[in-house]
Amino acid sequence: MTTVYSTHAPLKISAPEVTELTRPYWEALANGKLMFQRCQCGHAFLPARHECPSCLSMALKWQEATGRGTLVSWVVYHIAYSEEFKNRLPYNVAVVELEEGPRLITNMVGANDSLSCDAAVSLAIEEVDGVALARFKLA
Amino acid sequence: MRERYVIAGIGHTPFGKLPGRSTISLNVEASRNALADAGIPKSVVDGVFVKVPTSAHQFMYGQKVAEALGMMPRVGGAWDQGGAANITLMTMAMTAIEAGQCDVALICYADNPRSGNRAVYARPRGDDAAYGWLSTAAGYAMIQRRHMHEYGTTQEALGAVAVACRSHGAGNPNAQLQKPLSMAQYCDSPLLVDPMRRDDCALVSDGGAAIIVMSEKRARELGVKQAVPVLGFGNGQTSWDVQLRPSLTSTEAARAAHTAFSMAGVKPSGVDVAQIYDCFTITVLMTLEDYGFCKKGQAGYFVADGAIEIGGKLPLNTSGGLLSETGMPGMQLIIEGVRQMRGTARLQVPGAKVCLVSNQGGTMHTHSTLLLGS
Repeated sequence: MTTVYSTHAPLKISAPEVTELTRPYWEALANGKLMFQRCQCGHAFLPARHECPSCLSMALKWQEATGRGTLVSWVVYHIAYSEEFKNRLPYNVAVVELEEGPRLITNMVGANDSLSCDAAVSLAIEEVDGVALARFKLA
Repeated sequence: MRERYVIAGIGHTPFGKLPGRSTISLNVEASRNALADAGIPKSVVDGVFVKVPTSAHQFMYGQKVAEALGMMPRVGGAWDQGGAANITLMTMAMTAIEAGQCDVALICYADNPRSGNRAVYARPRGDDAAYGWLSTAAGYAMIQRRHMHEYGTTQEALGAVAVACRSHGAGNPNAQLQKPLSMAQYCDSPLLVDPMRRDDCALVSDGGAAIIVMSEKRARELGVKQAVPVLGFGNGQTSWDVQLRPSLTSTEAARAAHTAFSMAGVKPSGVDVAQIYDCFTITVLMTLEDYGFCKKGQAGYFVADGAIEIGGKLPLNTSGGLLSETGMPGMQLIIEGVRQMRGTARLQVPGAKVCLVSNQGGTMHTHSTLLLGS
């Protein structure tokens, strides 16, 4: 099922602002796929850009990630910097590096005390408030 | 550089909570004090270099400050580079003077997030806010976790930084937080964003600070009494946001310091006292490593046993830093460096001849380094 997004500024800070540039990314997630951009020069990256930050070309294509990656680091919030996240405490935010190279901010599904740097992880897309998020779990 | 440059004057406002004051007003008070400290009239200032207020960016802010100061400089404006901006603005001022673009430069900064709006520190970080990725502190916590993993850095290593800064600020009548901290209290302090504790974090502060920079020759002509020479300076920018940078545990601070040390002809072993940007304790550990005071990952050993406290091998943040004196991003460190080189610091390091100052901004995105002489 494809979720319909507004291109207007979101009311909730947790809702991503979907633009023409990022629409393919969010629509693919809603369809169960994590995509990243690959340039003709070979550089693979996230988040979406109009130009490759390596060679500055605009010849970019979306590619589907295998969903396998590594946990680079993570934190656990014990205070909420917004009312919106109060009921999620304590929650983690992590950095994952995909095996294709791109890195992204994510949440790890499962117990916070099971996490360790450099652990192998795999994609576990979850829908939150109607938005499909690229979360991960320990592989 | 053909000329030698000096910091001719320093000034600041009270620190802490200053309700009812605009950032413009705080900039003017700090600048007035810096002019008085230098003993020069405002009419000789023809460069006005302003760091934008972190909590409230405004269009044409540098010109608004100059207007309030009643100045029509040749060169002026506001610069956004996060907390590394103050030293960078100094370097821009000195290069502008060297190139004949201005003669006497005022560099100033003020902000009022404590009595005003501190939302910037809790800000959602773009679309990643969908994952709950908010705040300045969390980015540093992400780096801290990785550093602890790669190098076995302990909470006591981070605590040593907090304990030193809080100890140095405890007797400083200008400090916003004059409460010393023991290691046991540090280890008991609540986790805000695990692995980061409350006492790892800079204060949120109102206040302003200013310095005046000119050539040594011009300072002599103007009869400046306590000019402190600039030995070297450098800049470096990591640019990539935390999650995108190839390494979380090293930054372009190394390049900034290399430039500054080369210009000064000084090595880390020649530094007597340091003011290291301590927005979070991990920043101090990584800066010491990137600067070459110890090998990468060894800062935890370097700071142990009181080494960074008064009487240790490298006393740092001798007026309390961002953890105790004021959370203001960086100018207070330059000012304390000047006091140490004048020999007028409250916690004076005896016989100190070289002071190192670091500024950094964003989440270790930007870095600037300054070496002062006596």
